[in-house]
Amino acid sequence: MTLDVERRAIPMAPGDLTPLRIDEVLVRKMLVSFLREETLKTGAKRLVLGVSGGVDSAVVAALAAEALGPENILGLFTPYRTTAGRSKADAEDVARTFGIRLEEVPITAQVDAYFTGKMNVDRVRMGNKMARERKSIEYDRSWPDGLVLGTSNKTELLLGYGTQFGDLACALNPVGDLYKTQLRELAAHLGVPKGVLAKPPSADLWEGQTDEGELGFTYEQADVLLYHLVDRRVRPADLVAAGFDAALLAKIRERIRRNHFKRVMPLIAKVSLRTVGHDFLYPRDWEAD
Amino acid sequence: MKIAIAQCAPALGAMKRNLEMHREWIGKARAADAKIVVFPELSLTGYHLKDLAADVACAADDPILEPIAHASRDIDITAGFVERSNDAKLHIAQGYWSGGTLRHVHRKVYLPTYGIFDDGRYFGPGERFETFESAVGTAGIAICEDLWHVSVPYLYAAGGASVVFAPADSPGRGVAEGGDLGTAASCRMMDRFYAQYLTVYVVFANRVGLEDGIAFWGGSEVIGPDGTVIARAKEFEPELLVAEIDLELVARERVRNPLLRDERPDLVFRALAERMGVRVTE
Repeated sequence: MTLDVERRAIPMAPGDLTPLRIDEVLVRKMLVSFLREETLKTGAKRLVLGVSGGVDSAVVAALAAEALGPENILGLFTPYRTTAGRSKADAEDVARTFGIRLEEVPITAQVDAYFTGKMNVDRVRMGNKMARERKSIEYDRSWPDGLVLGTSNKTELLLGYGTQFGDLACALNPVGDLYKTQLRELAAHLGVPKGVLAKPPSADLWEGQTDEGELGFTYEQADVLLYHLVDRRVRPADLVAAGFDAALLAKIRERIRRNHFKRVMPLIAKVSLRTVGHDFLYPRDWEAD
Repeated sequence: MKIAIAQCAPALGAMKRNLEMHREWIGKARAADAKIVVFPELSLTGYHLKDLAADVACAADDPILEPIAHASRDIDITAGFVERSNDAKLHIAQGYWSGGTLRHVHRKVYLPTYGIFDDGRYFGPGERFETFESAVGTAGIAICEDLWHVSVPYLYAAGGASVVFAPADSPGRGVAEGGDLGTAASCRMMDRFYAQYLTVYVVFANRVGLEDGIAFWGGSEVIGPDGTVIARAKEFEPELLVAEIDLELVARERVRNPLLRDERPDLVFRALAERMGVRVTE
Protein backbone atom coordinates (compact mmCIF):
# COMPACT_ATOMS: atom_id res chain seq x y z
CA MET A 1 0.00 0.00 0.00
CA THR A 2 1.23 3.47 -0.76
CA LEU A 3 0.34 6.86 0.60
CA ASP A 4 -1.23 8.69 -2.30
CA VAL A 5 -0.05 12.14 -1.33
CA GLU A 6 2.30 13.73 -3.79
CA ARG A 7 3.46 17.30 -3.97
CA ARG A 8 5.09 18.70 -7.02
CA ALA A 9 7.65 21.45 -6.77
CA ILE A 10 5.97 24.85 -6.90
CA PRO A 11 7.00 26.75 -10.02
CA MET A 12 8.46 30.19 -9.30
CA ALA A 13 8.83 32.52 -12.26
CA PRO A 14 7.47 36.00 -13.04
CA GLY A 15 5.02 34.92 -15.73
CA ASP A 16 3.93 31.65 -14.14
CA LEU A 17 0.53 32.10 -12.50
CA THR A 18 -0.07 28.42 -11.76
CA PRO A 19 0.71 28.72 -8.01
CA LEU A 20 -2.27 31.08 -7.71
CA ARG A 21 -4.74 28.46 -8.91
CA ILE A 22 -7.56 27.76 -6.46
CA ASP A 23 -10.26 25.13 -6.15
CA GLU A 24 -13.21 27.48 -6.76
CA VAL A 25 -15.80 25.04 -5.41
CA LEU A 26 -13.93 24.69 -2.11
CA VAL A 27 -13.22 28.42 -1.75
CA ARG A 28 -16.83 29.29 -2.54
CA LYS A 29 -18.01 26.88 0.16
CA MET A 30 -15.58 28.36 2.71
CA LEU A 31 -16.54 31.95 1.95
CA VAL A 32 -20.29 31.34 1.92
CA SER A 33 -20.17 29.61 5.30
CA PHE A 34 -17.89 32.39 6.60
CA LEU A 35 -20.51 35.00 5.67
CA ARG A 36 -23.44 33.01 6.96
CA GLU A 37 -21.96 31.95 10.29
CA GLU A 38 -20.07 35.11 11.15
CA THR A 39 -23.16 37.21 10.38
CA LEU A 40 -25.71 35.14 12.25
CA LYS A 41 -23.38 34.80 15.26
CA THR A 42 -23.58 38.57 15.78
CA GLY A 43 -27.38 38.55 15.67
CA ALA A 44 -27.46 40.48 12.38
CA LYS A 45 -29.82 39.34 9.64
CA ARG A 46 -28.83 41.39 6.60
CA LEU A 47 -25.71 42.37 4.72
CA VAL A 48 -25.00 45.71 3.05
CA LEU A 49 -22.34 46.40 0.46
CA GLY A 50 -21.32 48.98 -2.06
CA VAL A 51 -21.83 47.65 -5.60
CA SER A 52 -19.62 49.65 -7.94
CA GLY A 53 -20.02 47.67 -11.12
CA GLY A 54 -16.55 46.18 -10.61
CA VAL A 55 -15.56 42.55 -10.19
CA ASP A 56 -14.67 42.64 -6.46
CA SER A 57 -18.05 43.87 -5.27
CA ALA A 58 -19.73 41.56 -7.79
CA VAL A 59 -18.04 38.54 -6.19
CA VAL A 60 -18.98 39.70 -2.69
CA ALA A 61 -22.58 40.30 -3.79
CA ALA A 62 -22.76 36.77 -5.22
CA LEU A 63 -21.31 35.18 -2.07
CA ALA A 64 -23.57 37.23 0.21
CA ALA A 65 -26.68 36.34 -1.78
CA GLU A 66 -25.79 32.67 -1.51
CA ALA A 67 -25.03 32.94 2.22
CA LEU A 68 -28.12 34.77 3.48
CA GLY A 69 -30.49 34.71 0.51
CA PRO A 70 -30.62 37.57 -2.03
CA GLU A 71 -33.61 39.15 -0.25
CA ASN A 72 -31.36 39.91 2.73
CA ILE A 73 -28.70 41.72 0.75
CA LEU A 74 -28.73 45.44 0.01
CA GLY A 75 -26.41 46.76 -2.69
CA LEU A 76 -25.71 50.47 -2.79
CA PHE A 77 -24.60 52.21 -5.95
CA THR A 78 -23.24 55.60 -4.89
CA PRO A 79 -22.13 57.58 -7.93
CA TYR A 80 -20.27 60.87 -7.99
CA ARG A 81 -20.63 63.08 -11.04
CA THR A 82 -17.34 61.78 -12.48
CA THR A 83 -18.31 58.12 -12.08
CA ALA A 84 -17.88 56.29 -15.38
CA GLY A 85 -21.03 56.08 -17.46
CA ARG A 86 -21.07 52.30 -17.74
CA SER A 87 -20.65 51.71 -13.98
CA LYS A 88 -24.37 52.06 -13.31
CA ALA A 89 -25.35 49.57 -16.00
CA ASP A 90 -22.72 47.14 -14.70
CA ALA A 91 -23.90 47.52 -11.09
CA GLU A 92 -27.48 46.87 -12.22
CA ASP A 93 -26.32 43.85 -14.19
CA VAL A 94 -24.61 42.44 -11.07
CA ALA A 95 -27.70 43.05 -8.91
CA ARG A 96 -29.97 41.44 -11.51
CA THR A 97 -27.65 38.44 -11.95
CA PHE A 98 -27.56 37.63 -8.24
CA GLY A 99 -31.09 38.80 -7.42
CA ILE A 100 -30.15 41.40 -4.83
CA ARG A 101 -31.80 44.80 -4.28
CA LEU A 102 -29.81 47.76 -5.57
CA GLU A 103 -30.37 51.34 -4.49
CA GLU A 104 -28.75 54.39 -5.99
CA VAL A 105 -27.57 57.05 -3.55
CA PRO A 106 -25.62 59.81 -5.34
CA ILE A 107 -22.88 61.49 -3.30
CA THR A 108 -22.20 64.48 -5.56
CA ALA A 109 -24.20 67.01 -3.53
CA GLN A 110 -22.53 66.38 -0.17
CA VAL A 111 -19.00 65.94 -1.54
CA ASP A 112 -19.22 69.11 -3.63
CA ALA A 113 -20.80 71.06 -0.76
CA TYR A 114 -17.92 70.03 1.50
CA PHE A 115 -15.23 71.10 -0.96
CA THR A 116 -16.93 74.36 -1.98
CA GLY A 117 -14.49 77.23 -1.61
CA LYS A 118 -11.49 74.96 -1.05
CA MET A 119 -8.82 75.54 -3.70
CA ASN A 120 -6.48 73.07 -5.39
CA VAL A 121 -7.93 69.97 -3.78
CA ASP A 122 -5.72 67.02 -4.68
CA ARG A 123 -7.67 64.30 -6.49
CA VAL A 124 -6.42 61.65 -4.06
CA ARG A 125 -7.78 63.70 -1.16
CA MET A 126 -11.02 64.03 -3.09
CA GLY A 127 -11.08 60.29 -3.71
CA ASN A 128 -10.54 59.55 -0.01
CA LYS A 129 -13.46 61.80 0.91
CA MET A 130 -15.67 60.04 -1.60
CA ALA A 131 -14.66 56.60 -0.31
CA ARG A 132 -15.49 57.65 3.28
CA GLU A 133 -18.74 59.27 2.21
CA ARG A 134 -19.80 56.02 0.57
CA LYS A 135 -18.87 53.99 3.62
CA SER A 136 -20.79 56.27 5.97
CA ILE A 137 -23.88 55.65 3.82
CA GLU A 138 -23.33 51.88 3.88
CA TYR A 139 -23.05 51.94 7.68
CA ASP A 140 -26.15 54.10 7.95
CA ARG A 141 -28.10 51.72 5.74
CA SER A 142 -26.95 48.71 7.76
CA TRP A 143 -28.90 50.00 10.76
CA PRO A 144 -30.48 48.35 12.76
CA ASP A 145 -29.89 44.67 11.89
CA GLY A 146 -27.30 44.54 9.13
CA LEU A 147 -23.53 44.31 8.77
CA VAL A 148 -21.36 46.12 6.24
CA LEU A 149 -19.24 43.99 3.94
CA GLY A 150 -15.77 44.84 2.73
CA THR A 151 -14.69 44.12 -0.82
CA SER A 152 -10.94 44.76 -0.65
CA ASN A 153 -8.94 41.86 -2.02
CA LYS A 154 -5.59 40.60 -0.73
CA THR A 155 -3.61 42.46 -3.39
CA GLU A 156 -5.20 45.77 -2.37
CA LEU A 157 -4.80 45.07 1.34
CA LEU A 158 -1.11 44.23 0.97
CA LEU A 159 -0.36 47.14 -1.34
CA GLY A 160 -2.43 49.51 0.78
CA TYR A 161 -4.47 50.42 -2.28
CA GLY A 162 -7.52 51.66 -0.43
CA THR A 163 -8.77 54.39 1.88
CA GLN A 164 -8.57 53.80 5.63
CA PHE A 165 -12.08 54.02 7.13
CA GLY A 166 -13.30 54.37 3.55
CA ASP A 167 -13.52 51.37 1.25
CA LEU A 168 -11.30 49.43 3.69
CA ALA A 169 -13.86 49.73 6.50
CA CYS A 170 -16.22 46.83 7.13
CA ALA A 171 -17.51 44.28 9.62
CA LEU A 172 -16.67 41.26 7.45
CA ASN A 173 -14.54 40.84 4.37
CA PRO A 174 -14.94 37.53 2.53
CA VAL A 175 -12.39 38.26 -0.21
CA GLY A 176 -9.49 39.80 1.73
CA ASP A 177 -7.43 36.61 1.53
CA LEU A 178 -7.76 36.21 -2.25
CA TYR A 179 -5.42 37.89 -4.68
CA LYS A 180 -7.05 39.77 -7.54
CA THR A 181 -6.05 37.02 -9.97
CA GLN A 182 -7.69 34.40 -7.72
CA LEU A 183 -10.75 36.58 -7.29
CA ARG A 184 -11.15 36.81 -11.06
CA GLU A 185 -11.03 33.02 -11.24
CA LEU A 186 -13.71 32.81 -8.54
CA ALA A 187 -15.78 35.51 -10.29
CA ALA A 188 -15.94 33.45 -13.48
CA HIS A 189 -17.01 30.40 -11.45
CA LEU A 190 -19.75 32.40 -9.68
CA GLY A 191 -21.17 33.69 -12.97
CA VAL A 192 -20.23 37.35 -12.64
CA PRO A 193 -21.37 39.10 -15.87
CA LYS A 194 -18.77 38.90 -18.62
CA GLY A 195 -18.69 42.67 -19.18
CA VAL A 196 -17.82 43.21 -15.51
CA LEU A 197 -15.12 40.55 -15.65
CA ALA A 198 -13.54 41.93 -18.79
CA LYS A 199 -13.25 45.65 -18.02
CA PRO A 200 -10.02 47.09 -16.60
CA PRO A 201 -10.16 47.36 -12.78
CA SER A 202 -10.71 50.92 -11.53
CA ALA A 203 -11.46 52.68 -8.28
CA ASP A 204 -13.48 55.01 -10.52
CA LEU A 205 -12.61 58.05 -8.39
CA TRP A 206 -11.68 60.24 -11.34
CA GLU A 207 -12.11 60.01 -15.07
CA GLY A 208 -9.82 57.59 -16.83
CA GLN A 209 -8.40 56.18 -13.58
CA THR A 210 -7.37 52.52 -13.70
CA ASP A 211 -5.81 50.51 -10.86
CA GLU A 212 -2.99 49.21 -13.00
CA GLY A 213 -2.28 52.65 -14.48
CA GLU A 214 -2.09 54.19 -11.03
CA LEU A 215 -0.05 51.38 -9.46
CA GLY A 216 2.36 51.20 -12.37
CA PHE A 217 2.23 47.41 -12.73
CA THR A 218 -0.39 44.77 -13.50
CA TYR A 219 -2.27 42.72 -10.94
CA GLU A 220 -0.87 39.53 -12.44
CA GLN A 221 2.68 40.84 -12.04
CA ALA A 222 2.00 41.84 -8.44
CA ASP A 223 0.01 38.76 -7.45
CA VAL A 224 2.53 36.11 -8.42
CA LEU A 225 5.28 38.11 -6.74
CA LEU A 226 3.20 38.65 -3.59
CA TYR A 227 2.28 34.98 -3.47
CA HIS A 228 5.89 33.87 -3.27
CA LEU A 229 6.95 36.75 -1.01
CA VAL A 230 4.06 36.68 1.46
CA ASP A 231 2.41 33.27 1.35
CA ARG A 232 5.55 31.22 0.74
CA ARG A 233 7.97 33.57 2.57
CA VAL A 234 10.54 33.37 -0.22
CA ARG A 235 13.43 35.75 0.43
CA PRO A 236 13.62 38.79 -1.86
CA ALA A 237 17.10 37.83 -3.09
CA ASP A 238 15.78 34.43 -4.15
CA LEU A 239 12.94 36.10 -6.04
CA VAL A 240 15.41 38.24 -7.97
CA ALA A 241 17.49 35.15 -8.67
CA ALA A 242 14.36 33.49 -10.05
CA GLY A 243 13.95 36.32 -12.55
CA PHE A 244 11.58 38.72 -10.78
CA ASP A 245 12.23 42.40 -11.50
CA ALA A 246 14.25 43.87 -8.65
CA ALA A 247 12.81 47.38 -9.03
CA LEU A 248 9.23 46.10 -9.04
CA LEU A 249 9.99 43.94 -6.01
CA ALA A 250 11.47 46.90 -4.12
CA LYS A 251 8.48 49.07 -4.99
CA ILE A 252 6.00 46.46 -3.83
CA ARG A 253 7.87 45.73 -0.59
CA GLU A 254 7.95 49.42 0.22
CA ARG A 255 4.22 49.77 -0.42
CA ILE A 256 3.56 46.84 1.92
CA ARG A 257 5.66 48.45 4.65
CA ARG A 258 4.46 52.02 4.23
CA ASN A 259 0.78 51.07 4.24
CA HIS A 260 0.82 48.62 7.11
CA PHE A 261 -1.01 51.11 9.33
CA LYS A 262 -4.09 50.59 7.19
CA ARG A 263 -4.18 46.92 8.12
CA VAL A 264 -4.10 47.27 11.91
CA MET A 265 -6.28 48.80 14.58
CA PRO A 266 -5.33 52.30 15.79
CA LEU A 267 -2.54 52.43 18.35
CA ILE A 268 -3.55 52.92 21.96
CA ALA A 269 -1.06 54.41 24.41
CA LYS A 270 -0.44 51.88 27.14
CA VAL A 271 -0.39 53.29 30.66
CA SER A 272 -2.50 50.90 32.73
CA LEU A 273 -1.99 47.29 33.79
CA ARG A 274 -4.32 45.95 31.15
CA THR A 275 -5.00 47.71 27.90
CA VAL A 276 -7.48 47.24 25.08
CA GLY A 277 -5.59 45.99 22.07
CA HIS A 278 -2.38 45.17 23.92
CA ASP A 279 -3.12 42.67 26.67
CA PHE A 280 -6.88 42.62 26.89
CA LEU A 281 -7.11 39.95 24.23
CA TYR A 282 -10.52 38.44 23.81
CA PRO A 283 -11.67 36.84 20.57
CA ARG A 284 -14.12 38.84 18.51
CA ASP A 285 -16.43 35.81 18.37
CA TRP A 286 -16.77 35.71 22.17
CA GLU A 287 -20.21 34.17 22.59
CA ALA A 288 -22.88 34.64 25.24
CA ASP A 289 -23.51 31.64 27.47
CA MET B 1 -17.74 -2.25 18.41
CA LYS B 2 -19.05 1.03 17.15
CA ILE B 3 -17.36 4.31 17.83
CA ALA B 4 -18.86 7.74 17.08
CA ILE B 5 -17.17 11.03 16.35
CA ALA B 6 -19.16 14.18 17.07
CA GLN B 7 -17.93 16.55 14.35
CA CYS B 8 -19.52 19.56 16.01
CA ALA B 9 -19.11 23.37 16.21
CA PRO B 10 -18.68 24.50 19.85
CA ALA B 11 -19.59 28.07 20.83
CA LEU B 12 -16.57 30.13 21.86
CA GLY B 13 -16.43 30.69 25.61
CA ALA B 14 -20.01 29.49 26.19
CA MET B 15 -19.63 26.40 28.34
CA LYS B 16 -23.27 25.96 29.35
CA ARG B 17 -24.36 26.03 25.73
CA ASN B 18 -21.64 23.58 24.84
CA LEU B 19 -22.69 21.19 27.61
CA GLU B 20 -26.18 21.22 26.15
CA MET B 21 -24.72 20.61 22.69
CA HIS B 22 -22.74 17.66 24.07
CA ARG B 23 -25.91 16.22 25.56
CA GLU B 24 -27.53 16.23 22.11
CA TRP B 25 -24.57 14.60 20.36
CA ILE B 26 -24.22 11.99 23.12
CA GLY B 27 -27.88 11.13 22.58
CA LYS B 28 -27.30 10.71 18.85
CA ALA B 29 -24.24 8.54 19.43
CA ARG B 30 -26.16 6.37 21.87
CA ALA B 31 -28.98 6.01 19.34
CA ALA B 32 -26.38 4.87 16.79
CA ASP B 33 -25.36 2.13 19.25
CA ALA B 34 -21.84 3.52 19.70
CA LYS B 35 -19.77 2.48 22.70
CA ILE B 36 -17.74 5.69 22.69
CA VAL B 37 -18.39 9.20 21.49
CA VAL B 38 -15.30 11.27 20.70
CA PHE B 39 -15.50 15.06 20.79
CA PRO B 40 -12.90 17.41 19.27
CA GLU B 41 -10.26 19.42 21.14
CA LEU B 42 -11.71 21.94 23.63
CA SER B 43 -15.21 20.85 22.64
CA LEU B 44 -16.70 22.25 25.86
CA THR B 45 -15.18 25.71 25.47
CA GLY B 46 -14.23 26.49 21.86
CA TYR B 47 -10.67 26.83 20.67
CA HIS B 48 -9.35 30.34 20.09
CA LEU B 49 -10.11 31.49 23.62
CA LYS B 50 -7.26 33.94 24.24
CA ASP B 51 -7.98 35.64 27.60
CA LEU B 52 -11.23 33.66 27.89
CA ALA B 53 -9.12 30.60 28.72
CA ALA B 54 -8.86 31.63 32.36
CA ASP B 55 -12.57 32.44 32.50
CA VAL B 56 -13.73 29.00 31.35
CA ALA B 57 -11.06 26.92 33.13
CA CYS B 58 -12.11 24.39 35.75
CA ALA B 59 -10.65 21.53 37.73
CA ALA B 60 -11.09 18.10 36.19
CA ASP B 61 -13.47 17.20 39.04
CA ASP B 62 -15.42 20.48 38.89
CA PRO B 63 -19.20 20.01 39.28
CA ILE B 64 -19.74 21.85 35.99
CA LEU B 65 -18.44 18.71 34.22
CA GLU B 66 -20.86 16.50 36.16
CA PRO B 67 -23.36 16.23 33.25
CA ILE B 68 -20.63 14.61 31.15
CA ALA B 69 -19.70 12.20 33.91
CA HIS B 70 -23.38 11.40 34.43
CA ALA B 71 -23.97 10.75 30.71
CA SER B 72 -20.97 8.38 30.65
CA ARG B 73 -22.92 5.76 32.60
CA ASP B 74 -24.41 4.59 29.28
CA ILE B 75 -21.67 5.42 26.80
CA ASP B 76 -17.99 6.30 27.12
CA ILE B 77 -17.24 9.95 26.36
CA THR B 78 -14.07 11.78 25.54
CA ALA B 79 -14.38 15.58 25.42
CA GLY B 80 -12.13 18.63 25.63
CA PHE B 81 -12.01 21.36 28.27
CA VAL B 82 -9.66 23.88 29.85
CA GLU B 83 -8.25 22.27 32.97
CA ARG B 84 -7.04 24.35 35.87
CA SER B 85 -4.50 22.24 37.73
CA ASN B 86 -4.13 22.16 41.52
CA ASP B 87 -1.30 24.65 41.20
CA ALA B 88 -3.46 26.93 38.99
CA LYS B 89 -1.89 26.23 35.62
CA LEU B 90 -4.18 26.17 32.61
CA HIS B 91 -4.03 23.18 30.29
CA ILE B 92 -5.76 22.12 27.10
CA ALA B 93 -7.20 18.85 28.36
CA GLN B 94 -9.10 15.91 26.98
CA GLY B 95 -11.00 13.82 29.51
CA TYR B 96 -12.19 10.26 29.16
CA TRP B 97 -15.31 9.45 31.11
CA SER B 98 -16.73 5.96 31.56
CA GLY B 99 -19.21 4.32 33.91
CA GLY B 100 -20.12 7.68 35.42
CA THR B 101 -16.62 8.82 36.33
CA LEU B 102 -13.57 10.48 34.86
CA ARG B 103 -11.01 7.77 34.07
CA HIS B 104 -8.22 9.64 32.33
CA VAL B 105 -7.08 13.13 31.42
CA HIS B 106 -4.50 13.97 28.77
CA ARG B 107 -3.01 17.45 28.83
CA LYS B 108 -1.84 18.71 25.44
CA VAL B 109 1.96 18.60 25.46
CA TYR B 110 2.81 20.37 22.22
CA LEU B 111 1.36 23.88 22.28
CA PRO B 112 1.85 25.51 18.87
CA THR B 113 2.90 29.15 18.81
CA TYR B 114 3.47 29.75 15.12
CA GLY B 115 1.31 30.96 12.23
CA ILE B 116 -2.23 31.49 13.53
CA PHE B 117 -1.56 29.55 16.74
CA ASP B 118 -0.76 30.95 20.17
CA ASP B 119 -1.48 28.07 22.58
CA GLY B 120 1.79 28.53 24.45
CA ARG B 121 0.82 32.06 25.48
CA TYR B 122 -2.34 30.97 27.28
CA PHE B 123 -1.66 27.39 28.37
CA GLY B 124 0.96 25.32 30.11
CA PRO B 125 2.17 22.10 28.51
CA GLY B 126 1.28 18.60 29.66
CA GLU B 127 4.19 16.44 30.76
CA ARG B 128 3.32 12.86 29.89
CA PHE B 129 1.86 10.39 27.43
CA GLU B 130 -0.04 7.72 29.29
CA THR B 131 -2.15 4.94 27.88
CA PHE B 132 -5.42 3.95 29.51
CA GLU B 133 -8.18 1.39 29.09
CA SER B 134 -11.00 2.54 26.83
CA ALA B 135 -14.12 0.74 25.66
CA VAL B 136 -12.19 -0.19 22.52
CA GLY B 137 -8.99 -1.39 24.17
CA THR B 138 -5.82 0.28 25.36
CA ALA B 139 -5.66 3.80 24.06
CA GLY B 140 -3.73 7.06 24.08
CA ILE B 141 -4.85 10.61 23.40
CA ALA B 142 -2.96 13.03 21.12
CA ILE B 143 -4.55 16.47 21.06
CA CYS B 144 -4.17 18.21 17.68
CA GLU B 145 -0.51 19.36 17.54
CA ASP B 146 0.51 16.36 19.69
CA LEU B 147 -0.22 14.14 16.71
CA TRP B 148 2.15 16.08 14.46
CA HIS B 149 5.03 14.94 16.63
CA VAL B 150 6.08 11.49 15.47
CA SER B 151 7.13 10.49 18.98
CA VAL B 152 3.61 10.75 20.37
CA PRO B 153 1.79 7.98 18.49
CA TYR B 154 5.05 6.00 18.70
CA LEU B 155 5.08 6.23 22.50
CA TYR B 156 1.44 5.16 22.67
CA ALA B 157 2.01 2.20 20.37
CA ALA B 158 5.12 1.25 22.31
CA GLY B 159 3.02 1.56 25.48
CA GLY B 160 0.54 -1.02 24.23
CA ALA B 161 -2.16 1.13 22.64
CA SER B 162 -4.40 -0.26 19.90
CA VAL B 163 -6.16 3.03 19.40
CA VAL B 164 -4.95 6.61 19.23
CA PHE B 165 -7.66 9.18 19.81
CA ALA B 166 -6.76 12.40 18.04
CA PRO B 167 -9.18 15.17 18.98
CA ALA B 168 -8.33 18.28 16.96
CA ASP B 169 -9.28 21.86 16.13
CA SER B 170 -7.59 22.02 12.77
CA PRO B 171 -8.19 25.24 10.80
CA GLY B 172 -8.59 24.88 7.06
CA ARG B 173 -5.95 26.82 5.16
CA GLY B 174 -3.81 26.68 2.07
CA VAL B 175 -6.22 26.88 -0.87
CA ALA B 176 -3.70 27.92 -3.52
CA GLU B 177 -1.53 25.80 -5.79
CA GLY B 178 -4.56 24.17 -7.32
CA GLY B 179 -5.13 21.34 -4.87
CA ASP B 180 -7.12 20.23 -1.87
CA LEU B 181 -6.78 22.14 1.41
CA GLY B 182 -3.16 22.00 2.50
CA THR B 183 -4.10 21.05 6.06
CA ALA B 184 -6.46 18.29 5.00
CA ALA B 185 -3.82 16.63 2.84
CA SER B 186 -1.27 16.74 5.67
CA CYS B 187 -3.66 15.38 8.29
CA ARG B 188 -4.81 12.51 6.09
CA MET B 189 -1.26 11.53 5.34
CA MET B 190 -0.40 11.51 9.06
CA ASP B 191 -3.46 9.50 10.06
CA ARG B 192 -2.81 6.80 7.48
CA PHE B 193 0.89 6.67 8.06
CA TYR B 194 0.63 6.28 11.84
CA ALA B 195 -2.21 3.77 11.58
CA GLN B 196 -0.49 1.55 9.08
CA TYR B 197 3.07 1.67 10.39
CA LEU B 198 2.17 1.44 14.08
CA THR B 199 -0.72 -0.97 13.36
CA VAL B 200 -3.18 1.02 15.47
CA TYR B 201 -6.54 2.62 14.89
CA VAL B 202 -6.32 6.38 14.48
CA VAL B 203 -9.50 8.21 15.43
CA PHE B 204 -9.19 11.78 14.15
CA ALA B 205 -12.01 13.98 15.49
CA ASN B 206 -11.88 17.46 14.03
CA ARG B 207 -14.40 20.24 14.60
CA VAL B 208 -16.26 22.49 12.18
CA GLY B 209 -17.62 26.05 12.45
CA LEU B 210 -15.78 29.37 12.52
CA GLU B 211 -13.98 31.43 15.12
CA ASP B 212 -12.88 34.96 14.24
CA GLY B 213 -12.96 34.20 10.53
CA ILE B 214 -10.98 30.97 10.78
CA ALA B 215 -12.87 27.89 9.57
CA PHE B 216 -12.25 24.45 11.04
CA TRP B 217 -12.46 21.96 8.20
CA GLY B 218 -13.91 18.81 9.79
CA GLY B 219 -13.05 15.75 7.72
CA SER B 220 -12.93 13.53 10.82
CA GLU B 221 -11.89 9.98 10.07
CA VAL B 222 -11.20 6.55 11.45
CA ILE B 223 -8.25 4.71 9.95
CA GLY B 224 -7.70 1.01 10.50
CA PRO B 225 -4.43 -0.67 11.52
CA ASP B 226 -3.89 -1.69 7.89
CA GLY B 227 -4.09 1.93 6.74
CA THR B 228 -7.58 1.73 5.26
CA VAL B 229 -9.98 4.61 5.67
CA ILE B 230 -12.86 3.01 7.56
CA ALA B 231 -15.00 6.14 7.69
CA ARG B 232 -14.54 9.78 6.84
CA ALA B 233 -16.84 12.73 7.56
CA LYS B 234 -17.69 15.59 5.24
CA GLU B 235 -15.63 18.76 5.24
CA PHE B 236 -16.95 21.92 6.95
CA GLU B 237 -20.31 20.39 8.01
CA PRO B 238 -21.45 18.91 11.31
CA GLU B 239 -21.74 15.14 11.22
CA LEU B 240 -21.96 12.18 13.54
CA LEU B 241 -19.43 9.78 12.05
CA VAL B 242 -19.91 6.17 13.11
CA ALA B 243 -17.28 3.52 12.46
CA GLU B 244 -16.63 -0.05 13.47
CA ILE B 245 -13.54 -0.82 15.54
CA ASP B 246 -12.43 -4.44 15.51
CA LEU B 247 -9.54 -5.35 17.80
CA GLU B 248 -9.26 -8.68 15.98
CA LEU B 249 -8.14 -6.68 12.97
CA VAL B 250 -5.33 -5.18 15.08
CA ALA B 251 -4.26 -8.71 16.07
CA ARG B 252 -4.40 -10.02 12.50
CA GLU B 253 -2.58 -7.02 11.13
CA ARG B 254 0.19 -7.36 13.72
CA VAL B 255 0.75 -10.94 12.63
CA ARG B 256 0.91 -9.95 8.99
CA ASN B 257 2.93 -6.83 9.65
CA PRO B 258 4.87 -7.35 12.93
CA LEU B 259 6.65 -3.98 12.91
CA LEU B 260 5.61 -3.24 16.44
CA ARG B 261 6.72 -6.66 17.74
CA ASP B 262 10.14 -6.13 16.18
CA GLU B 263 10.43 -2.52 17.25
CA ARG B 264 13.35 -1.82 19.68
CA PRO B 265 12.29 0.92 22.09
CA ASP B 266 15.29 -0.04 24.23
CA LEU B 267 17.60 1.09 21.41
CA VAL B 268 15.61 4.31 20.99
CA PHE B 269 15.88 4.86 24.73
CA ARG B 270 19.63 4.19 24.75
CA ALA B 271 20.28 6.43 21.75
CA LEU B 272 18.31 9.31 23.24
CA ALA B 273 19.88 8.82 26.67
CA GLU B 274 23.38 8.94 25.19
CA ARG B 275 22.49 12.02 23.20
CA MET B 276 21.32 13.70 26.40
CA GLY B 277 24.44 12.60 28.28
CA VAL B 278 22.61 10.18 30.57
CA ARG B 279 24.46 6.97 31.41
CA VAL B 280 22.34 3.88 30.98
CA THR B 281 23.35 0.76 32.86
CA GLU B 282 22.00 -2.69 32.01
